[in-house]
Amino acid sequence: MTAPVIEFRQVGLTYPGPPRVPAFRPCDLIIERGEFVTVTGPSGAGKSTFLNIAGLLDAPTTGRYLLDGVDTGALKDAARTALRGRRIGFVFQSFHLLPHRSALENVLLAMVYNGVPRKERAARAREALDRVGLGHRTAAPPTRLSGGERQRVAIARALVTRPSLLLCDEPTGNLDTVNASTVLGLLDGLHSDGMTVLVITHDAGIAARGARTVALRDGVLTERVVTT
Amino acid sequence: MIPRSRRRERAVEAVESTGLGPRDLLAEATAGILQRPARSVLTALGTVLGVGAFVAVLGLTATASSQIDARFDLLTATEVTVEDIAAEQDEFAGRAFPADADARVERLNGVRHAGVYWTAGTDRGLRVTAAPVGAGAGGRPIDVVAASPGALRAAVPTLAQGRLYDGYPSRTKQPVAVIGSGAATLLGITTLEAHPAIFIDGKPFTVVGILSDLSRKADLLLSVVVPRTTAETLWGPPARGAKMLIATDTGAAVQIAAEAPTALRPDHPEYLKAIPPPDPGTLRADVTSDLNQLFLLLSGICLVIGAVGIANTTLVAVLERTGEIGLRRALGARSRDITAQFLAESGALGSLGGLIGTSLGTVTVVGVAVVRDWTPVVHPATVAAGPAVGLTTGLLAGLYPAWRAARIQPTEALQR
Ligand SMILES: Nc1ncnc2c1ncn2[C@@H]1O[C@H](COP(=O)(O)OP(=O)(O)O)[C@@H](O)[C@H]1O
Ligand SMILES: [Mg+2]
Repeated sequence: MTAPVIEFRQVGLTYPGPPRVPAFRPCDLIIERGEFVTVTGPSGAGKSTFLNIAGLLDAPTTGRYLLDGVDTGALKDAARTALRGRRIGFVFQSFHLLPHRSALENVLLAMVYNGVPRKERAARAREALDRVGLGHRTAAPPTRLSGGERQRVAIARALVTRPSLLLCDEPTGNLDTVNASTVLGLLDGLHSDGMTVLVITHDAGIAARGARTVALRDGVLTERVVTT
Repeated sequence: MIPRSRRRERAVEAVESTGLGPRDLLAEATAGILQRPARSVLTALGTVLGVGAFVAVLGLTATASSQIDARFDLLTATEVTVEDIAAEQDEFAGRAFPADADARVERLNGVRHAGVYWTAGTDRGLRVTAAPVGAGAGGRPIDVVAASPGALRAAVPTLAQGRLYDGYPSRTKQPVAVIGSGAATLLGITTLEAHPAIFIDGKPFTVVGILSDLSRKADLLLSVVVPRTTAETLWGPPARGAKMLIATDTGAAVQIAAEAPTALRPDHPEYLKAIPPPDPGTLRADVTSDLNQLFLLLSGICLVIGAVGIANTTLVAVLERTGEIGLRRALGARSRDITAQFLAESGALGSLGGLIGTSLGTVTVVGVAVVRDWTPVVHPATVAAGPAVGLTTGLLAGLYPAWRAARIQPTEALQR
């Protein structure tokens, strides 16, 4: 049996302040490989804090977090970074593409820090852009792409390292409904292909697309039982 | 399902950091610079000027040094001066130079000419006039130099008219004088045909020669030179220290300088101080050292300005690209990869400035040399040092911005 992608054992985070902010209360959480989980909650509920912990951008102040069975609490900074680069693909609300680089170069960037041999990179980047339906726009800089296309480039960049987990923070927050549904459709497709997807959103409609939804409120995470 | 051992291996591999390879680092730095080409060029300008000035100064110095007349070099390299320092050693020592000083030194192997000379007269000096005192001639400020024939020969004189006073006139203490062309003009003497006389403190001297030039001791052109023997008889021993001028064969000067004091005074060589010619290397450096230092200082100032420019631009870039830094951290960049990236960018900017500056400096040297009809000389070491100086400037300038960049927290950077 493979280890779960995410395993929280009483993981919590309190910003030391002052004032001290218990932004994420200790909780247990297991996300298995291939799950599509949505995380909802109003602004200030602790969604970004949760994403930072899950994405190894921030370390919890209590508890143990196992990613792919690796106890992340025991890791030094360089090792955490390496694990983050290889096992997690990030998709941000504001895309975070480099404006002066082409779509292809933006995707290539994800492989620069993770020991992917140089000669494999171009082919993998093209493959990832094909997967998000942008195989024909590889040379375009982000400034000449629509919002939806930009987010698809960002998704291609997240995919290209073949991560265990796709962490999306309000991926449709900056998109109109048409582009939003394209991007969400893409995420659905990736999930169908076996990717573990975690989407953070404050949009109840989007939250409902997840097979499993967890709710955050004032730093308290609760599993929402989906009734159909 | 993955076997246990294989899973283990995957886990280890996943946390092993590879970091940014050198080629990727270079590519990222280049991309960062090309991102804003105009700004990069303006930023590199200070380094361009600094390195350009540095290369130009060293190149021009090398070029000018190589132009120093070979004759000048040869003259300097074959000249030894011996000073009378007897008074410093022993107040009752008297004069250090013996009467047969010239002969003693000229006997040494490698000496061409040698002779003692001093400014004659007591502290008040001697009055040189074109007519006897009382005849209405005005005194003129002309030095009277007592010099043995050997001293005069060692100065490599060129005679406009007449002859020197070697041999008989010197030996028999005749009142004869050889005068420099400048002194001749002051005294109104144009020709020796009428055997003109001059008066030193009223005493008549026959002018036997007029010097048009001297390779050494050119100040004698403004003086009246009389035999050492005559001067001693009339005005006594030198008031201040006498000196000896020695012209040697090529390459013999240092040896002669070492031997001369003992040859002159076997009993008290310490009464004499021989000054050998300067080392050719230090001579060259001396020729231009003041100017050199000034320009090197200026190029240093340009480099500091260049460094501040690079530091400023890189710092601005770090602040502008906070989001990018956060993204790179999320993509697996360690803080040291971020440091390396910004150091590489500032280093590349500095190197770029260094390369352009080296080219401009070299072009300047060649341009000046062509105008002056010189052979341009730029040492390979200078050409190699130019870009290296630029690189160092860039790296130093990038230290603080790179440190700031590495401290940016990904969580905060990604909020934007
Ligand atoms: N670096 C921080 N230091 C202190 N408090 C913070 C910090 N980041 C977030 N918080 C606080 O933690 C709580 C949760 O924030 P966040 O996770 O950003 O919520 P959400 O993303 O759901 O809007 C908020 O009250 C916020 O003010
Ligand atoms: Mg948030």
